[in-house]
Amino acid sequence: MGNNTKTTGALTRRHLMQVGGGALLSAPFVSRAWAQTTDINVLAWYGHAEPDMVAEFEAANNVRFVPKYYAGGDNMLALIAQSPPGTYDLILSDGEFVQQLNAAGYIQEMEAADYPFDDMLHEDFTKFPGHWADGKLYSMILRGGHLGVSYNRNAMSEEEASSYDGFWKPELAGKVGHFDWHLPSLGMMSLKNGNGASLFDLTDDQWQAVQDTTMSLRPQVGGYFDYGGTFNGLKNGEMQAMCGIGDWITGVLERDGAPVASVIPKEGGIQWTESYSIGVETEKADICKQFIQYMLSPEGQVKSAQMLAYPGFCVTKAGRAMLNEVDMAEAERTGQVDGMADDPITLIREGRIHYRDVPKQQTLEDWNDFWSEYKNA
Amino acid sequence: MTRNTKPDFYALSWRLPIIIWQALFFLGPIVFMIAMSFFLVKNYRMTEAFEFVNWGRMMTRGYFWDSYWHTIWIASLSTLCGMLIAFPVAYTLAFRASENTRRMAIFLLIIPFFTSYLVRTFSWFVILSESGVLNAMLGWVGLGPYTMLNTTFGTLVGYMTLTLPLVVILQTLAMANIDRSLVEAAHNLGCKPLQTIWRVILPLAKTGMIVAAVFCFILSFGDFVAPFYLGGSQDPTLPILIIDTTKSGQQWPRAAVVAIMMMLTLFAVAFAGIALAYRKRAMS
Repeated sequence: MGNNTKTTGALTRRHLMQVGGGALLSAPFVSRAWAQTTDINVLAWYGHAEPDMVAEFEAANNVRFVPKYYAGGDNMLALIAQSPPGTYDLILSDGEFVQQLNAAGYIQEMEAADYPFDDMLHEDFTKFPGHWADGKLYSMILRGGHLGVSYNRNAMSEEEASSYDGFWKPELAGKVGHFDWHLPSLGMMSLKNGNGASLFDLTDDQWQAVQDTTMSLRPQVGGYFDYGGTFNGLKNGEMQAMCGIGDWITGVLERDGAPVASVIPKEGGIQWTESYSIGVETEKADICKQFIQYMLSPEGQVKSAQMLAYPGFCVTKAGRAMLNEVDMAEAERTGQVDGMADDPITLIREGRIHYRDVPKQQTLEDWNDFWSEYKNA
Repeated sequence: MTRNTKPDFYALSWRLPIIIWQALFFLGPIVFMIAMSFFLVKNYRMTEAFEFVNWGRMMTRGYFWDSYWHTIWIASLSTLCGMLIAFPVAYTLAFRASENTRRMAIFLLIIPFFTSYLVRTFSWFVILSESGVLNAMLGWVGLGPYTMLNTTFGTLVGYMTLTLPLVVILQTLAMANIDRSLVEAAHNLGCKPLQTIWRVILPLAKTGMIVAAVFCFILSFGDFVAPFYLGGSQDPTLPILIIDTTKSGQQWPRAAVVAIMMMLTLFAVAFAGIALAYRKRAMS
């Protein structure tokens, strides 16, 4: 017994030496293997490079996503403009800002044949405005979402929320919140004024009318919020209706059991669209292409629809089919089932959805100046 | 007697680090910010220029002046509230509490600075919301619910979270240094408590009190967190305007104009405070 113990002890020491020595000798190889992990610098809205979205791809391809998150297209363009060329390998952009990325030469041409254009849920997605220039592809649509009236079900009926007039409901005085970005909110005011498809292409008179309509909402407004503030305001009931958002925020709360929802009013809604582009001077274009293909695969589309930070609808038929298969509850909640009345694709076909854009006849500064005036009013 | 004009390199070597520090991290950024206010933004990128267009634009916008006067007003209100709320506490600590209690109280007042101001601000959501702790307590006595978040009241609560501990400490230190025999003499000569405070304590603690008020004003004037998160941007103060200006079109030069106006205002307030604090002392 004693011998055994001694032998065991000696073996343990020897074993320890062997393991330790082995570990020491293999360290350079481990380190080399570790060093082979490729970093992909991605510029995106928050959530796109979080584990729920990229962990599987990282593990399968020995890459690591290094995100730089932004809030808003202006912010994204500024970050690129102020960084050395080649800083970002992969760029997730709002659809309306792709044209400016391309004009400034920040993104490279992509091969259309690499992506599932024949599987798109809507023909608009195959030739999305600004994504193509001179017949060349520069950005690949990934997902979208619709903005309309977001509301607390205990304070508003779905019928009341089905028109932007609902924001003026007397009982909501001081309880209407704004997402603190002028484009979606003023776009909605433009829709309320009946500008329809030309909601961002306003003559001076129409622009003045939009300002007047917006100002008339000021007594109802209880605050202007960023993502966190909007989230909190709706969750704790301080805000009963929100202008400028949609299911991308209420969807997260709804999943959590909060009595909130978003609807597309009769005057129409606005679509936000997110697309991936590849940085012009990146040396990792191949792996970026693979990642975009992965995100457009059925698995990637489901991940996008279930994204923890904020949900977005699938743009491919195969993606929708898989979502219906693996998460029918989420598919039904967001109308991503063929035949549902609030199917986002049906809403686009019916002409009720307009793609978010930048002002056509005014400058962004004009809109921003008015937004500041509005907040001060 | 002749003055030795030979430079004292030994003394200078001790002063040099702070001079370099100030030049690099205070003077340098200010000079850059002033220069930046004349730059232009083209395609979301700042380009060097010497144009007055940013100054012209911001100075002629009504919303800038609305924000400016609103910020001055709400920072002044915060200063008044802070000074009034802090005074009874500081008075008690300075004149009624034992040395040990005072030391412990000051230590406890320093503790909030160990935690993030943003986190402390967010914790007010739980207390001030309509379904929050305060309204629940008011509900027990048949009051409320009241809207406290996203109001000027909410902003003031945030400002107090930021400034009150510091104001109490400064007031306490100012009053603790008063010669107690002067206070006792005032009592012995028939001075009533409020008169003693007004005619003896406040004049003697004037410098410290003004310093406390100036700090309260400066911190409130420049704070972004309280008006944004607890005021719901309903009080569009100058710090919020800076954020708005940079957010859309990345107009850092215009934001620099706002920042310079803020600095000029704070310099004016600080110098006025110093002049007021030391005026009588210089005369006497």
